[in-house]
Amino acid sequence: MKKSIFLLLFVLSFTITLMAQGYKVGDKAQDFELMNIDGKTVSMADYPDAKGFIVIFTCNHCPYSVAYEGRKIALAKKFESLGYPVIAINPNDSTIVPQDSFSNMVKRAAEKDFPYPYLLDADQTVFQQYGATRTPHVFLLNKESSDLIVRYIGAIDNNYENAKKASEHYVEAAIEALLQGQNPDPEFTKAIGCSIKIKKS
Amino acid sequence: MKILVSKLIKVSVFLLSFGAIAETQAQQVEVRILDFENFEPFLHKNNDTIYVINFWASWCVPCIKELPDFEKLNVKYADKNFKMILVSLDFKRTLDSKLIPFITEKNLKASVLLLHAPDANAWINKVNPSWSGAIPATLIYKNEFRLFHEGGYTYSELDKIVKPLIN
Repeated sequence: MKKSIFLLLFVLSFTITLMAQGYKVGDKAQDFELMNIDGKTVSMADYPDAKGFIVIFTCNHCPYSVAYEGRKIALAKKFESLGYPVIAINPNDSTIVPQDSFSNMVKRAAEKDFPYPYLLDADQTVFQQYGATRTPHVFLLNKESSDLIVRYIGAIDNNYENAKKASEHYVEAAIEALLQGQNPDPEFTKAIGCSIKIKKS
Repeated sequence: MKILVSKLIKVSVFLLSFGAIAETQAQQVEVRILDFENFEPFLHKNNDTIYVINFWASWCVPCIKELPDFEKLNVKYADKNFKMILVSLDFKRTLDSKLIPFITEKNLKASVLLLHAPDANAWINKVNPSWSGAIPATLIYKNEFRLFHEGGYTYSELDKIVKPLIN
């Protein structure tokens, strides 16, 4: 009996550690298949010509995410034609934050005319796999051979409050580096963000 | 230069009834705005006081949920070697429209300051290297004792940490 409890605890702690890790720069990212605001599912495999992806965990309710909406739209417009489309994913559980429900995602996307897919991580597995902890949280993926390699993790730029006052444009600089065959520097940054709202089990 | 802006809301209500004057002059909400350089010393006091430093925002659902527990702890140890600072990461531009009304409405007693440091990558690791940047997050320290936690706290969890540190 004692032994089995010990074993259970061991397995549990191991699982928790695995869940908490997520991707590091250099890791291979997995594709996903998530529902878009138009009711159709989206995978990265749907973009055979892409050189990579700007995957952004974001949501409706978080003011830090909202403050970056214009910048996300600008990134999508600038980099989709250069081979790096934006894919936005809402990881939040809407029973905790109703503003982040699927119907509110549809509404917000229409209001702001998002030029990128806005997907719902309904069973909250994708954000855990990637290791996103906050919104907004960017994972820049680069297609290398047939793999998607994580090349940058972090913030869009260095001023969440005022786009005009940002002096470092991390994601833009990272893509420019990749386009020139170099690795981004910095490859990892931190930012203040809203915690991801995880469904209570 | 020290960035220090004080906001003062003064509400004076004079009531005149039956020739007697009743005066209620209560609400004064002051929120200091600090950049990281001026905030950083609060992370490194070495004066036998327990510092509970909570990073939050008035729009943050889990932060608001745990605030009453922080307030309760602050009341409990008010006359002890204990100091609580609620470090708001609200936007500076919504200080008057959101943060101050929130403090007034919730009647927060613990001291609140607004950390205006939007280049967060430059300072998050200085609070604690394990912090991803998500709020709420709390640093509890006293002299060499240091405990950082990303996520929420309940009253009993907080008290379990703080109680043994009280002189």
